[in-house]
Amino acid sequence: MKLRPNRSSVILRLTVFACAFILAAASFCMSAGKRPVQAASSVLNIYNWGQYISDGTDGYVDVIAEFEAEYPDIRINYMTFDSNETMYTKLKTDPAAFDLIIPSDYMIEKLIREDMLAELNFDNIPNYQYIDDSFKNTSYDPENKYSVPYTWGNVGMIYNSRYVNEEDATGWELLWNPTYAGKILMFDNPRDAFAIAELELGYSLNTEDEAELLEATQKLIEQKNLVQAYVMDQVFDKMERSEAWIAPYYAGDYLLMAEENPDLEFYFPEEGFNLFIDACCVPKQARNQEAAELFINFLCRPDICGENLEYLGYSVPISEAKEYMDPELTESEIAYPPEEILALGESYNALSDHGNQRMNELWLSVKTTDDVLGRYIIITVAAIVVCIILWLFFKFRRKIRKKRRGTY
Amino acid sequence: MKNSTFSRKRRWLSAPYVIWMLLFTIIPLCIVIYYAFTDSVTGAFTLSNIGGILDYATIFLRSIWLSVAATLICLVVGYPVAYAISQMKPNMQRLLQLLIMLPMCMSFLLRTLAWVALLEDTGILNNVITALGLSPLPLIRNSGAVILGMVYNYLPYMILPLYSAISKINPRLIEAAEDLGCNKTRTFTKVILPLSIPGILSGITMVFVPAVSTFYISQKLGSPGTVMVGDIIESQFKGAYNPNLGAAMSLILMILIFLCIGVTNKVTANDSEEVAN
Repeated sequence: MKLRPNRSSVILRLTVFACAFILAAASFCMSAGKRPVQAASSVLNIYNWGQYISDGTDGYVDVIAEFEAEYPDIRINYMTFDSNETMYTKLKTDPAAFDLIIPSDYMIEKLIREDMLAELNFDNIPNYQYIDDSFKNTSYDPENKYSVPYTWGNVGMIYNSRYVNEEDATGWELLWNPTYAGKILMFDNPRDAFAIAELELGYSLNTEDEAELLEATQKLIEQKNLVQAYVMDQVFDKMERSEAWIAPYYAGDYLLMAEENPDLEFYFPEEGFNLFIDACCVPKQARNQEAAELFINFLCRPDICGENLEYLGYSVPISEAKEYMDPELTESEIAYPPEEILALGESYNALSDHGNQRMNELWLSVKTTDDVLGRYIIITVAAIVVCIILWLFFKFRRKIRKKRRGTY
Repeated sequence: MKNSTFSRKRRWLSAPYVIWMLLFTIIPLCIVIYYAFTDSVTGAFTLSNIGGILDYATIFLRSIWLSVAATLICLVVGYPVAYAISQMKPNMQRLLQLLIMLPMCMSFLLRTLAWVALLEDTGILNNVITALGLSPLPLIRNSGAVILGMVYNYLPYMILPLYSAISKINPRLIEAAEDLGCNKTRTFTKVILPLSIPGILSGITMVFVPAVSTFYISQKLGSPGTVMVGDIIESQFKGAYNPNLGAAMSLILMILIFLCIGVTNKVTANDSEEVAN
């Protein structure tokens, strides 16, 4: 009976084969439909923040498609990261994986220090002339050798005015307000999270002082019970659907969120905030530096820059690009805060290696510190004891029974 | 025996798997051990990664407890289902087996995200509850939600081995027990349960091991207070760039898993031997 293959299993096998065949055929057709296979040198690997380029949604420009149309022999392979630290880890593990990266200022400084960036050939980037002078000779790249600014912006507080009392919305302390426990989001990367705690305590966001860092750690542990989740780009989803009500995030992203949920409000905490520049760089071991430079040049073209950043909501480092943007955005005080607010901003410096390591350790202790260890130990010990008692009980009962049987 | 010469001749058949295991299990394991015992900056031999694990005792205990709870629930829920299926007509059995495997055809991540959409404060269930005029319930971001996510994701891995163990029990043994005067309960406890112990064991292993090292479920369905070992290991490799601590944690977790499984096997094996006696 067993030897005869039963009918349903034959049918099942045939179905599996058929599926596999269709899949293979489909993938072959799809790859054949694409442009002919090209030499490795014409593939441009870009590694950028998530939701950080205009991709053609809502009728905005599709930057990548436009570029590929203009340079048909370059094919773009676009990948995203969710924090500077993730990008760094990936680049460290595979230094030749990307031709173009767009990290933030302090990460660029760190990469330069570790000799991981290539010097750019500005002959390929004539549009660099459009970059505003205030974004040249920056502290992270003083000689303008390694980077071309992509956007700039600030970190601020976003809150849902429908649920959060206007009077509570002052400074960073809103993030420690127990009234909103479980509705507060926090950055899921040590640099941004520590900066907020340090500013709230009145310290510099570049501090490496052990006592100040420990105090900030304590402050973050205090906050942990109130935090719904540590997030990066998930913030969009959670804030737009009012699943969370309070989040510190980048001002440019707030403008995007507010379009989806008009209840969202924004302010710059008076204790100060991070002011950042994200810039295009080419890793030292990039395989296709020239294509990367062409792409950087393309991004700096005022019309492309304007349309791209209008979609992003982040601030432009090219004044000429503003002509191509909605005046409502270029006059927004959130994207382009007035001087007196900008003066409160502070940019990140690259920490020393020791400082980075210490911050990672402390961040891990924020995430893992718990006051329930005692409870867990008691439960564990109790469970083990109960198991042993039960086991002994059954063993004993069996022995007694055997004895009884023996006496019959 | 005839069988042994047969197996000796055909031993080379296992070569592909042996090579596979060597390349993708043994060598990576050696790399994990190497990382676990070296310093992240200097690369020198150190015990500090392993020694530092004690700081994370809470996280380890929590991971173990949440997965023990999930495994027990899977067993309690899965056993009756497996038993019921094994009693049905062959066609029905095949259909139900397929239905149990059906969720496994969908991405694990999507299945977990679907639970988020259901349980959230602004999710489907709470929307229904508030529409009925009741106050919303805290369904998500607690240990219960994490356990629920594990049970949902790993239940098939419990039912399938149980089902195959139970359906292999020779029906004559059950008939014999009934002929000798056992009632239904005693037939179950004296014949069916002991004979299905191999299925229970592999079910427990197949649920507990992935559950204890899971990292996505607790991130999505849990809160910052329900962080599990998997989450911490992931963060060490992804953002913190400290693979050494991550490797040390993986190593300890592996040892703990082997201990747990070893104890379970030992205890149950003893029991079943004694029952057989």
